[in-house]
Amino acid sequence: MNIDVLIPLFAATIQSGTPILYATLGEIITEKSGVLNLGVEGMMLCGAFGGFLVAMLTGNPWLGFLAGGAFGALMGAIHGIVCLHFQGNQVVSGLALTILGTGLANYWGTPFVGQNAPGFTPFSFPLLGSIPIIGPIAFHHDALIYTSYCLPVLVWFVFRHTQTGLALRSVGEYPDAALAAGINIKAYRWAGILTGGFFIGLGGAYLSLAYTHLWTNGITAGRGWIAVALVIFAFWKPGKAVLGAYLFGGVMAFQFRLQAVGTNIPSSLLMMLPYALTILVLVLSSIKGKGSQAPGALGVNIEPAD
Amino acid sequence: MLDIRVHKRQVPLPWWGTCLVLSSAVLVSLIVSAGLLALQGKPALGGILLFLESGFGTSWAIQDCLAKAVPIFLCSLGVAITFRLQIWNIGAEGQYALGSVGATWAALTFPGLPWYLLLPLMLACATLLGGLWGLIPALLKIKLRVNEIIVTLMLNYIGILVLEYLVYGPWKDPASFGMPMTPTFSPGAIVGFIGETNVSWGIVLCMVIGMLMTVFLKYTRYGFALKACGENARAAKYAGLPYNGLIVMVMVFSGALAGWAGFLEASSSLNRLEPTIMAGYGYTAIVVAWLARLNPLSIGVASFLLAGLRVGVEGIQLDLQVPAAFGSVMEGLILLTILASSFFQHYTISGRKKSSGK
Repeated sequence: MNIDVLIPLFAATIQSGTPILYATLGEIITEKSGVLNLGVEGMMLCGAFGGFLVAMLTGNPWLGFLAGGAFGALMGAIHGIVCLHFQGNQVVSGLALTILGTGLANYWGTPFVGQNAPGFTPFSFPLLGSIPIIGPIAFHHDALIYTSYCLPVLVWFVFRHTQTGLALRSVGEYPDAALAAGINIKAYRWAGILTGGFFIGLGGAYLSLAYTHLWTNGITAGRGWIAVALVIFAFWKPGKAVLGAYLFGGVMAFQFRLQAVGTNIPSSLLMMLPYALTILVLVLSSIKGKGSQAPGALGVNIEPAD
Repeated sequence: MLDIRVHKRQVPLPWWGTCLVLSSAVLVSLIVSAGLLALQGKPALGGILLFLESGFGTSWAIQDCLAKAVPIFLCSLGVAITFRLQIWNIGAEGQYALGSVGATWAALTFPGLPWYLLLPLMLACATLLGGLWGLIPALLKIKLRVNEIIVTLMLNYIGILVLEYLVYGPWKDPASFGMPMTPTFSPGAIVGFIGETNVSWGIVLCMVIGMLMTVFLKYTRYGFALKACGENARAAKYAGLPYNGLIVMVMVFSGALAGWAGFLEASSSLNRLEPTIMAGYGYTAIVVAWLARLNPLSIGVASFLLAGLRVGVEGIQLDLQVPAAFGSVMEGLILLTILASSFFQHYTISGRKKSSGK
């Protein structure tokens, strides 16, 4: 294949991988604190709708983007109330959150289907954008993509090199030990859920504000679930999450291009690719990973002490 | 300031207490739903009353509830069996899709067969494909410890795309003017309605399966093993219970039941295969299973109630111009409030005034 075909394909890979990257990082933060949140798909949808609505009302895409994060965090708060305060089963609460979030986004969003909101447009990043090959692939994008380049490093740094990160990990890994060390488990789990939810919401908002500039129901198309799977694939590490997100971005971009070119392969079969790849990726990571690398207390509620 | 303390219940909550907790939870979710209606400028109380009336108020509504309860019941029964084993089959939606594909294949390939041969054949094909869709995640889980939640979910998307591929492509009715649907089934491939009602004979199948399931869970060795493994997988393995075998069994069974639901839906309500068959019954099944505490009899009741929720939302959808998605909002809310309410079955709360400033 020739480089003129590959450059736009790689650029599209980064673009379609970005919402998945935001969501995967968010779910990593949540799970690191010991909370399993299967509501990502619903939270992303609410983030996408919230972002769209606020951007449309205010005319400011940045406010929309932040509102998307806030909607994600609000949805996360429901999970926090049910699981942290009412001891609800984390798996079921997450599924309920997806049902609720999908419902809410479609319920509120149906009157807006097909409408436009001011969104983000690509621009060439000063200096870096003029590097040959790398420039057109990685630095001719919108501002949210440039932001997403910094996030994995930030998340990695907080986990590895700060007290807060250490405390958050200890709450997810050994809650009893964390408690003995005087760490407020509930507070850290809340922090994990809300921060994670915020990132997940941002991923959703990316879809409605940058990937497309208009609202369609079901805009996430399973990307939230792919993010949940990628957390396992990435062994809960931000760096590997980048790899996974762009892998999926690549497959999605490739599939869209094949459809656009008009191959003989029916579109329904092409659209299976990302979902089939998710299963394949999980199989491969289970063969590669020796035992589970999940946080020790993932999905386990902390019983209230008498 | 109030000092709130939580204690584990020493004596279990009496049955009326459980009823009180459950009905308060449903009430809370109804109030929130009413609030959401009000936010959109719709009548809140009037909307909820209209919802209840159009869901359960007329004999036509009750028939519609029973008809919709059939696929929900079958999917939910299967899902609940896997949940008992702490295996999370979220894939009823895809298993249902594949079941309808299997049944349709038989109906389109052998249209000339009489009903007493064709219907069992359709059922067998639905069992096979639905079961296969349950077998894949089960094998991946026991051989490679791959997370079954995500595999079953991805298989939902793939299953629906298989169905769409077939009805947009090879199985499309040439006489449908480009609409994605198969030709109408031959008379031998159609499960009829009971008398003058809208309810198909499939409901009899539900009753038989429900009763068999109750007996199986309560009185057989495997039913006990299922319970034991679900409560403590590790201990069950040490006790020599066939944990992996049970995973395969429940997943295949669950997939087959969802497949039956797909078969009945294609051959009774639609009489053909088309994408509208995917109405989200597989996801509602999860809500039902959990509301019913995984108990077959309660699943029957909860399926009826959640079918009523769908029928009721259809009612207010027309009269109040509410989007259909309001149904999933209510489903999600009910599940969340019930989930939170179970806290009061296991714990008590006492509050007293704090004595000092702290």
